Amino acid sequence: MSTLMTVLTLCYEFFKTGLLAVGGGLATLPFLSEMANKYPDWFTHEQLADMIAVSESTPGPIGVNMATYVGFRVFGIPGAVFATISLVLPSLIIIVAIAKVMDKYMSNKYMQWAFGGLRPAVTGLIAAAGWSVVELALLDLTDFDIARFWEAINIPAVIIFAAVLFLTQFKKTKKLHPIIFIGICAAIGIIFKL
Amino acid sequence: MKEKKTEISTAKLLGQLFLSFAKIGVMTFGGGLAMLPMLERELVEDRGWVTHDEILDYYAVGQCTPGIIAVNTATFVGYKKAKVPGAVIATLGMAFPSVVIITVIAAVLSNFADIPAVQHAFAGIRIAVCALIASAVIKLAKSNVKSVAQIIIAVAAFIIIAVFGASPVVVVVGAAVAGLLLGRFSKKNREGEQK
Repeated sequence: MSTLMTVLTLCYEFFKTGLLAVGGGLATLPFLSEMANKYPDWFTHEQLADMIAVSESTPGPIGVNMATYVGFRVFGIPGAVFATISLVLPSLIIIVAIAKVMDKYMSNKYMQWAFGGLRPAVTGLIAAAGWSVVELALLDLTDFDIARFWEAINIPAVIIFAAVLFLTQFKKTKKLHPIIFIGICAAIGIIFKL
Repeated sequence: MKEKKTEISTAKLLGQLFLSFAKIGVMTFGGGLAMLPMLERELVEDRGWVTHDEILDYYAVGQCTPGIIAVNTATFVGYKKAKVPGAVIATLGMAFPSVVIITVIAAVLSNFADIPAVQHAFAGIRIAVCALIASAVIKLAKSNVKSVAQIIIAVAAFIIIAVFGASPVVVVVGAAVAGLLLGRFSKKNREGEQK
């Protein structure tokens, strides 16, 4: 493939991913897997697994991280920039259109009612997303045995969790910036080899 | 003269949008819903650009539209503050740190994720993220999950996703319909009382 064609294909593939991956983050995964099938010289399935590990071990939205990583592997820094821009472009266009409509109709009573139902539901959704991190960080569900369920609980992790949660509720410490808790926990993780 | 002044303040606002979202991008681990604590801190508490309710509304829409939730939220907030240029700048701000960090890692540290210290640090970070999300949920529940109907909707949403692994789109559509029915129903009640 010529260079120009490679970049255009890269942009097209990530634009398509941005347009069709609903739900964000790991929803981009099936599309990347398809890319590995279609363009084996871009990256292999093993490399994709590595990319996921890197994306999950660095700050930033996972979808953007994946696009940057794939783009860089395929065509260096310009590839990283083009792939990322292509990925975010569809949502940028769609959300601006929706924001315009919301501006106009947000005072409408039906919109008010619908969002009245949505706010508690989204609170539940966020709790569910939190639960999936709990499964990952506080529990060890490999060889899970219901009769000995307590063995699945990662006790040091639960203690740290409880301590941080307490500090976020406690009057004197709840105004601390969240990044402070993240930094302290990262340090604890390294020191105690969690 | 006056026009020039608004131009400068628009430029300043765009700069603030870029910086705020770049900050959120750097400090978010896990993306999407995990960035809620950072969004609340930066956008609601520090900047006062949006309210808690607005962030929930953006999340609700972001769940059933294409694209990454983080980007969708950045676009919404940017548009609210400074229309289309704001939307573009906020989105670029959000993506900027990732592009830099990932490019450096891809170029220099090909085995970054295998470094033991990185793995240990992230085991710790995940615990902090759990606690921060729990704290955010408590805060949101205090203002949005009070009536019996709201508790039922929130618990149902949690169970549908966490236990049955259904698509969030199902929950969002269902909750919007429930909200419409509740609105209709309570309105009728009130009219009945007035008569």
